[in-house]
Amino acid sequence: MTFKKIVLGSALVTGALLSSVMVQAQETIRFATEGAFAPFNYMDNTGKPVGFDVDIAHALCNDLKAKCVIVTQDWDGLIPGLKVHKYDAIIASMSITPEREKVVAFTNKYYSGGVRFMGLVGKNFDLKNLSGKTIGAQRATVAAQYLEDHYGKTANIKLYDNQDNVYLDLESGRLDIVLSDELPTYNWLKTSGKGGKFEFKGKAFLKTDQIGIAVRKGDTKLKDQLNKAIKDIRENGTYQKINAKYFPFSIY
Amino acid sequence: MIDLHGFGDQLLQGALITVELAMASLAVGLVLGLLGAAAKLSSIAPLRWLATIYTTIVRGIPELLTVLIIYFGATIVLMAIASQFGYDDYIEVGPFAAGVTALGLTFGAYATEVFRGALQSIPKGQHEAATALGMGAFRKFQRIILPQVWRVALPGLGNLFLVLLKDTALVSIVGLDDIMRKANIAVSSTKQPFLFYATAAVMYLLLTIISMVVVTWLEKRASRGMRRG
Amino acid sequence: MDFSVVVEYFPRLLEGAWVSVQLVALSVVLGALVALPIALARISQNWWIKGFPYAYIFFFRGTPLLVQIFLVYYGASQFDVVRESILWPILREPYWCAIIAFTLNTSAYTAEIFRGAIQAIPEGEVEACKVVGMTKAQMYRRVLLPRAFGIVLPAYGNEIILMLKGSALASTITILDLTGMARTIIARTYTPIEIFLAAGGIYLVISMVIIAIFRQVEKRQNRYLGTVSIKVPDKG
Repeated sequence: MTFKKIVLGSALVTGALLSSVMVQAQETIRFATEGAFAPFNYMDNTGKPVGFDVDIAHALCNDLKAKCVIVTQDWDGLIPGLKVHKYDAIIASMSITPEREKVVAFTNKYYSGGVRFMGLVGKNFDLKNLSGKTIGAQRATVAAQYLEDHYGKTANIKLYDNQDNVYLDLESGRLDIVLSDELPTYNWLKTSGKGGKFEFKGKAFLKTDQIGIAVRKGDTKLKDQLNKAIKDIRENGTYQKINAKYFPFSIY
Repeated sequence: MIDLHGFGDQLLQGALITVELAMASLAVGLVLGLLGAAAKLSSIAPLRWLATIYTTIVRGIPELLTVLIIYFGATIVLMAIASQFGYDDYIEVGPFAAGVTALGLTFGAYATEVFRGALQSIPKGQHEAATALGMGAFRKFQRIILPQVWRVALPGLGNLFLVLLKDTALVSIVGLDDIMRKANIAVSSTKQPFLFYATAAVMYLLLTIISMVVVTWLEKRASRGMRRG
Repeated sequence: MDFSVVVEYFPRLLEGAWVSVQLVALSVVLGALVALPIALARISQNWWIKGFPYAYIFFFRGTPLLVQIFLVYYGASQFDVVRESILWPILREPYWCAIIAFTLNTSAYTAEIFRGAIQAIPEGEVEACKVVGMTKAQMYRRVLLPRAFGIVLPAYGNEIILMLKGSALASTITILDLTGMARTIIARTYTPIEIFLAAGGIYLVISMVIIAIFRQVEKRQNRYLGTVSIKVPDKG
């Protein structure tokens, strides 16, 4: 291999790369999800995203006769990625909040949320006053914002890139207590074998929390289509089937 | 045998992506490095300034931040340019393209210095001799300068490649399915962080060893015509 | 593009920058202390003395810093033995985990720099020491190490800048360093480009300050010498 060939080859690869920054026409709906929020969206051991959110996305595409592409994106990059057109919609158990509505538009809800504390079995907390305690949550979530707003001055708040790392640090004992969405935590307590060790603390709150699909502001066509499709799958029973796969009660 | 809980295949696929990313970034970086060195040695002052700004900025900003800025920024910049030409659909810059751009830029900035040193190491007499033999600028570059630059630059470039190989792990943060991200996914599902991060470490070590062997071989080849001692 | 968010959040970015500076300062000081014995063992003639430092350096330079951080932070805490040990109060803090990972990492690179410097000292000086009857310890303390310090400076300055850049990875284990702070701000404002560019600018300023400081120290340290340069590999 001569140096000349290498330079030539390098130039070719560079050119190929530039042309691979491809331009696509919008005949498919490209959804982004996080892939670290079981059972709503997580990766199976073949590296594919699966879960409630993913099933709903496929059902919606099916209803709209559109092709579905589902990509994964780390949580705190989801909205920035949507804004820069990396995909068309976010279906990642994202709560509809006024802050987010400033930058993206939401469809109607596709399920309802709520957050709840969780900690070691038998350890009691005064949830009104957690001063000096180390509390964990996922960065850029409703739970994180609630912690920053209500406990930011008194408690030690640790924010994580994803929910799985919050669980890891709760188990290791780095965290005293965590605040997160109730449903995935319910699932974690049921399925991870940790149910005997950890439990919910206090009641769920922010129950008015609604989970929607985010689209770019101004993309009203897609928003209307998705709203119609959500209504359709609620009416034809597809939604209920998917719901029953994951929870024995309705989460709508 | 170590039980990887069925994630072994995934990790191997991740290794393939890591290698692809490293090779593509290397290609882009070599081109940028040569251009950068040429610009730094150029007699045109603005070119020299441009090259200095490039190497100073890229070498002073964390690679992680470069990856993040390119990942989120490239699409906006490209779309702004495209809209100047009346094109207003979106342009996709995926994690792979963003990773190659960011790591290529980083490699190029360090390679600029390596190439510059190598270019300067060629005695002036050789330029004169080549000119005296009637070679044009291009032929002189191709026959006399490049083969020698390659030999002198190889050890430095080899080191930079090892750095590049490890920096590929950063692209996992923007969602490229490389070794690191596959390890993260496996940790999520199995709750065995030590096992999978240690496995990832071993895989990077193996890639490092392979790279070192290849670089040594290239160095030997490149100095075939050299006298010993 | 809306750069008013940068103005609004600039004080918080500076808070993060201060954490980054602390992390880097502590890690490079501890790293240098760890590196010295490793470098000395590495130049030993006995293979069983240089075997360990060789493996140590090879591991920390051959794997990504990100993997090392995750191994220390999430990997170690997986084991009950670690969680029940007296080290747990330290290992449970992300701040100290970052310091540990950075220290181990930078010490491997620094050891190679030290080794290069010690080996770059002209043979004649070693011989001169022996002639005047110095013991090995005296020779190291009085001649080799002070000389090596002068030779080491440029490469060591580089290493600190590389550590500064590497410190951005602290953000992956909940630390609010400059990058972590930037990511937390973006979680509220959704303006990644503006905030990341601002953070990049701050990193650039910090590295320029480090370069300036080292130029000054180099001038003082090597003022009575011609230049001696050594080749040291870069790191990632």
